[in-house]
Amino acid sequence: MSGSVAKSQAREILEVTSPTNSSIRSWLHGLPGVDQVGCEARATGLATRSIKTSSKAWGIDLAISMIDLTTLEGADTPGKVRGLCAKGAAPDPSDPSTPPVAAICVYNDMVEVARAALHGTGIHVAAVATAFPSGRASMTVKLADTSDAVAAGADEVDMVIDRGAFLAGDYRKVFDQIAATKEVCARPGDRPDAHLKVILETGELVTYDNVRRASWLAMLAGADFIKTSTGKIAPAATMPVTLIMLQAVRDWRELTGSMVGVKPAGGIRTSKDALRYLVMVSEIAGDDWLDPQWFRFGASSLLGDLLLQRQKQRLGVYSGADYVTID
Amino acid sequence: MAAQRLPVRKTYKLYIGGKFPRSESGRSYEVFGQDRKKEFLANAAQGSRKDVRDAVKAARSAVSGWAGATAYNRGQVLYRVGEVLEGRREQFISEVAASEGLTRPLATRVVDAAIDRWVWYAGWSDKLAQVLGNLNPVAGPYFDISAPEPTGVVGVLAPQASSLLGLVSVIAPAIVSGNTVVVLTSEDRPLPAISFSEVLATSDVPAGVVNIITGRTAELAPWLASHRDVNAIDLAGAADAADVSWGELEASGADSVKRVVRPAGDGADAIEPDWSVTPDLHRVRAFLETKTVWHPKGR
Amino acid sequence: MSKFEYAPAPESRAVVDIASSYGLFIGGEFVEPAEGGSFKTLNPATEESLADVSQAGAADVDRAVRAARRAYQRVWGPMSGTERGKYIFRIARIMQERAREFAVLETLDNGKPIKESRDVDIPIAAAHFFYHAGWADKLEYAGFTPAGSAAPKPLGVVGQIIPWNFPLLMLAWKIAPALATGNTVVLKPAETTPLTALLFAQVCQQADLPPGVVNIVTGAGETGRALVEHPDVDKIAFTGSTGVGKGIARSIAGTRKRLSLELGGKAANIVFDDAAMDQAVEGIVNGIFFNQGQVCCAGSRLLVQESVADDVVRRLKRRLQALRVGDPLDKNTDVGAINSAAQLARITELAEVGVAEGATRWSPECTLPKNGFWFAPTVFTGVSQSHRIAQEEIFGPVLSVLTFRTPQEAVAKANNTPYGLSAGIWTEKGSRILWMADQLRAGVVWANTFNRFDPTSPFGGYKESGYGREGGRHGLEAYLRLDSAPSTARSTRTGGSH
Repeated sequence: MSGSVAKSQAREILEVTSPTNSSIRSWLHGLPGVDQVGCEARATGLATRSIKTSSKAWGIDLAISMIDLTTLEGADTPGKVRGLCAKGAAPDPSDPSTPPVAAICVYNDMVEVARAALHGTGIHVAAVATAFPSGRASMTVKLADTSDAVAAGADEVDMVIDRGAFLAGDYRKVFDQIAATKEVCARPGDRPDAHLKVILETGELVTYDNVRRASWLAMLAGADFIKTSTGKIAPAATMPVTLIMLQAVRDWRELTGSMVGVKPAGGIRTSKDALRYLVMVSEIAGDDWLDPQWFRFGASSLLGDLLLQRQKQRLGVYSGADYVTID
Repeated sequence: MAAQRLPVRKTYKLYIGGKFPRSESGRSYEVFGQDRKKEFLANAAQGSRKDVRDAVKAARSAVSGWAGATAYNRGQVLYRVGEVLEGRREQFISEVAASEGLTRPLATRVVDAAIDRWVWYAGWSDKLAQVLGNLNPVAGPYFDISAPEPTGVVGVLAPQASSLLGLVSVIAPAIVSGNTVVVLTSEDRPLPAISFSEVLATSDVPAGVVNIITGRTAELAPWLASHRDVNAIDLAGAADAADVSWGELEASGADSVKRVVRPAGDGADAIEPDWSVTPDLHRVRAFLETKTVWHPKGR
Repeated sequence: MSKFEYAPAPESRAVVDIASSYGLFIGGEFVEPAEGGSFKTLNPATEESLADVSQAGAADVDRAVRAARRAYQRVWGPMSGTERGKYIFRIARIMQERAREFAVLETLDNGKPIKESRDVDIPIAAAHFFYHAGWADKLEYAGFTPAGSAAPKPLGVVGQIIPWNFPLLMLAWKIAPALATGNTVVLKPAETTPLTALLFAQVCQQADLPPGVVNIVTGAGETGRALVEHPDVDKIAFTGSTGVGKGIARSIAGTRKRLSLELGGKAANIVFDDAAMDQAVEGIVNGIFFNQGQVCCAGSRLLVQESVADDVVRRLKRRLQALRVGDPLDKNTDVGAINSAAQLARITELAEVGVAEGATRWSPECTLPKNGFWFAPTVFTGVSQSHRIAQEEIFGPVLSVLTFRTPQEAVAKANNTPYGLSAGIWTEKGSRILWMADQLRAGVVWANTFNRFDPTSPFGGYKESGYGREGGRHGLEAYLRLDSAPSTARSTRTGGSH
């Protein structure tokens, strides 16, 4: 969906000729509230699901294939990024049946390096943009940042919303920025548009009501994915926050018929955690979302633990850090 | 010697829904003084089961208003009753002396104790929730509070012997928390209760909060005890009531899971206690429900 | 890619040893019943027999009451509150240590999902003992006696009869406050779920609890009747059906036995249009499908504001499709087995009545096991107050959906029942919650939550749901001798014509 299509859909949903801050506000505040305790209890309940044997093996491979393997450091170098790409393409050299990850996520000046390294693998390159992670820059700069990433060939753009504007109640501003970024993600001709992943930075939105409203606002403005966090703010992804976002995409699909992806990012480090998220995806949004196209993990260390567990499943003995490559 | 003035006698009627009807049955019975002379005092209305039914209906319809009034307001109204009682002190001394066969000084003590008892209970109205309620420290992110609420309509068998002190000692603890009552008076000593109802009628107590029926305890009590719209019953007046078995009354209340205050005594024996003893909150608690409310605490 | 199928994740049965037969626990030891009868207790999920359990007759009940009386007079009554409390603390700790054993046994005997016995029944049961242990030497602070007076006195020997829906938890609700206040106990567990009570007897032995303080007599209704009618019992505490409760009240009428009753319910779970809808749906599900709906405070009547009724029902049905019905020992099971064939028959009958009355019946697709007692989660829409399924306690996984238009109408419908145990309110409007909570004639009101239990929180009903409270400071009252002693009373009657 292009940015202009998103805007016309928004007009239809809001039943206005042009979305104003007050029309967006009434719509967002008309969403059902979220009771914190009940929401957390539900997430805790889902975390008690016990995943065994064949389901576990299947879940581990699915989780690996959903990873956006990420490096977002000031110290990133072409060498570091190439190493990460190699790891993403063949996570476990000792076992070629290990699936590749979904994407490599980098700053936009590393997109070309990553693209070259991933050529022919089918693995996407995701670039963070819009003055990641704070988003505190002019719109001109944010859009230029995005254009750079798109021009460099990023398959996916991970933008941040203006949390300040959101918390100040300027929903229209957040909407416009997402929609504008979406426009910039478009590529001329037959080349596919970059997918827009909208980072809500839920750790700064704090309340679950805000998470729900931000999710709907992002979808209204044309997000292809909604993503919890930059990974630079604690808390990053949590089960309850992801639960609310999964409910949002589920309900959005019921409203519009179209699917939006969900990406928890940061803080998911163990296979056990990853499996719990998959259980939640299955039981809240439904099995249609159990696909790298619709659900991702933004993570760096998670892959290592998934590989350890995968080896344990395959070999029947516990493995160790020396048997998993670092990159 | 001047000709003696003929006193104007009072007609003693029932007190139902704030009105003073005669018994729908049209019956009355003779009430005699309890001194040695056993002189005729008055004809009291002899209430019927239909009067009980009407009284329960009146009591039920008064529950929401009385229970829903603020505790402060209930306290004010009940204190007002104490004031009016005090103003009618002389009348009650005479009536209690005649009804119970007491000397005037003894009757005075009893009436004073009754007024003081009433005022003591009146002051409880806005303290009960604090004294009997709790914030419960549950193991979880919940606000959890327990507070007392009135059970609803309380049937009261008023004591047979103590016609005023005993009467107020069973009515006050029931109504102070917001219950409404249907009272069967002492069978042989009903007159102070009817005068008491006149006090209630002239002191802001809403109609139906207290309903008073005179008559034969053995005839009326089973209807009250078995009435499904009566939430609780105080069987104090089963002690020394002719042909009344408190156990049977209790059993007939079981079908609607009635709360029962048994008469004092051991085993099947029922005795009337000494009403001059300062009470505790036992009778108040007996007609309260504890409601516990939970709510999550979240952002 | 295939659906995320959870492989079976059964909890191991190996943690619990079930004996082939059990005696009665009287005077600190397991004894054979005088007349030697026994009955079988089944695993309702498979109908396999778990053990032979002794049938206590009147002579056995008498023996247990005498043991309790002796323990009350010689040991437990004279003991200081501090020492008594330490025994109860011990019991709490042993229950925690053996929690897994209790959980598996409870699930085997009752049919409830292991995740419930593991996460709810057993931990809260242990917590009840822990909470009440601390009360044992602090009763003078409980507010039932005037400041500065001595600790209030216990009643003596207490007969307790508990139901099968939360066997160990109900045992804890009964025994913990009784012991803390200084009473001794004869407890009869439900006929279909005696095993955790008998394991609890072993806990009493491990704790060196003085013989006779806790006695457990197994059996059916006749055993209960013998206990209720025993002349040396000072108090009966009963949790169960309203019908039986009324019978007990009738039976002890005219005696000086005390009584507390926790009976049935037909709770309204009231959902307003502004509710936090996802949590409300969870609350509805938890309210009626927790423990297969075999809960006296179950939210069996969903009262939903008409303007959102279709949306709520649609969300509810979607949610129910994710419920996993099956092997109670599987850690992923959400809905387990119905406790007995008799209960299943009752649920089945009332569900058929619902259809006959014209309500619309719906269940999610689920495959029920061949053996055992099973009933699929069921929702009836188009239900009116006058339908039997809206009036009678079904005590099963059957929800009746009714609508309302205004808060007043919601209250009127919620209160329109002889029961008054619990109620639920779902709205984001604070003042409405408080107004509703005031209006509802129910002992427990859950606002924006449902089916929460805690040892500190008093639980019990209004109207025909019973009297007396269990838990919290209030729960102590039912086990204390508080009304003025009859011996101090005297008659002031100076004459009379009778």
